[in-house]
Amino acid sequence: MSSPKEVKNDRKYTKDHEWALSEGNELLVGITAFAVDALGDITLVSLDVKVGDSVSAGKNFGTIESVKTLSDLFAPVSGKVTRINGALEEHPELINEDPWGKGWMIAIAPEASTGELLDAQSYADHLSHSDH
Amino acid sequence: MGGAASCLVPLSRSRYAGSVSDELLSRTPLYEQHVALGARLVPFAGWEMPIQYKGISVEHQAVRERVGLFDVSHMGELELRGPRALSLVNSLITNDIARAADGQATYTCCCNDAGTVLDDLIVYRRATDDVLVVCNASNRAKISAHFAAAARGVCEFEDVSDKTALLALQGPQALSVLQRAGVSLDLGTLKTFRFAPGSVAGVSCVIARTGYTGEDGVELFCGWGSAVALWDALLRAGKDAGIEPIGLGARDTLRLDARLSLYGNEIDETTNPLEAGLGWVVKLDKPDFKGKAALVAVKERGLHRILVGFEMTGRGIARHGYPLCDSEGKEFGLCTSGGPSPTLGKSIGLGYVPLASSAIGSELWVDCRGKKIPARIVKTPFYKRK
Repeated sequence: MSSPKEVKNDRKYTKDHEWALSEGNELLVGITAFAVDALGDITLVSLDVKVGDSVSAGKNFGTIESVKTLSDLFAPVSGKVTRINGALEEHPELINEDPWGKGWMIAIAPEASTGELLDAQSYADHLSHSDH
Repeated sequence: MGGAASCLVPLSRSRYAGSVSDELLSRTPLYEQHVALGARLVPFAGWEMPIQYKGISVEHQAVRERVGLFDVSHMGELELRGPRALSLVNSLITNDIARAADGQATYTCCCNDAGTVLDDLIVYRRATDDVLVVCNASNRAKISAHFAAAARGVCEFEDVSDKTALLALQGPQALSVLQRAGVSLDLGTLKTFRFAPGSVAGVSCVIARTGYTGEDGVELFCGWGSAVALWDALLRAGKDAGIEPIGLGARDTLRLDARLSLYGNEIDETTNPLEAGLGWVVKLDKPDFKGKAALVAVKERGLHRILVGFEMTGRGIARHGYPLCDSEGKEFGLCTSGGPSPTLGKSIGLGYVPLASSAIGSELWVDCRGKKIPARIVKTPFYKRK
């Protein structure tokens, strides 16, 4: 697993530790190594959305559960869900193994720019003020 | 977690956390050891405690397969001494230590007059005039005051929690690691739920064949000042056996597998021991004790609800506080604890349901934050060591 404070320069972030990566017309959404480290062993991802549904920035689109706890997942931007990562249903541990890649959760066709999100440097600063 | 989930960095807000205020947290004598081992520390019952080191699943499996070492120095220890110490303690608990031998530990509930649970305890009968009571950290102030008040004018009472450290060494290799560390007792004579004073690795301690994991093992009481020496010696002695330090997270998943109650979840001041499946620690045939009349009445009236174990048959995880629903989807009970069991590879839970709906094999629904996920009542304990 990656270091909990690792930040990738190729994507944007929320303060809630989701990442959003531009890929063509889509934004792939996942959670950061910091979030994964805090959650521990991930055992279940429940998405409340399916392809074609709309999501709103800052609104819940599902939950993620680890051995010990449960957290909400928040959409980083508003838009339509274009794909979901079906592999997570059987293999939620992909998020532990590869939070930045194979652990992506949904793809969104965004309605607006990602300008509201944190860039890598701002997210790294945010992490340096989060402690655990 | 109480209430709705929030952000993705939940451990500091989990129900382990107590209040996340600037309250002054106590530290056990092993705090520096935990930090050096890379533990994640969280507030728990007023203490800064390790919730995990390497991860809950890894630690859980280490205890099931090999051996793990726990710092549980936050637990409360109360000493009662004098000719009436045994009868005084016996009047405050549901189990009967008059029937125990000296050197025997007894699991029990401690009830109020309403017959509901103030705490669950292990009572160590050293002698008829010398009794040690171990209570939960979260209930220490309450139980300490309860015993102190009852002891006034009857026997000596001392709360020794702040000078008593407690380490638990648990797992199939616990006794061999203890042997390797150098133990003054013949472990062959130390049967389950027996204890004796002795020394481990040269450190004076009380060695008790007790635990909270469903595995064999011991709990070691030592002076606050010698806890570091004992902890380090046990980790060294267990190195070849693959010992791991174990946090509160795995302590919880281990006890759930073994269907051991957690105060605040399965039992509290709204539940009685009979409905919690703890009738075996309620001795209604012993002389009067606090809560007896109420428990006799419960027994005569019959139980309304009972604690059962269930397995999720659908994709979902039951958590503390989730409603349980009957086959028609109508709410009829409450989940007290739940989560994925690293041992069983299944998602399990405990909860209260009406007595009439408690048969093994019955189907129910767990309301997982608005989504109803199917589950089935199963026999407990979920896990029993071979």
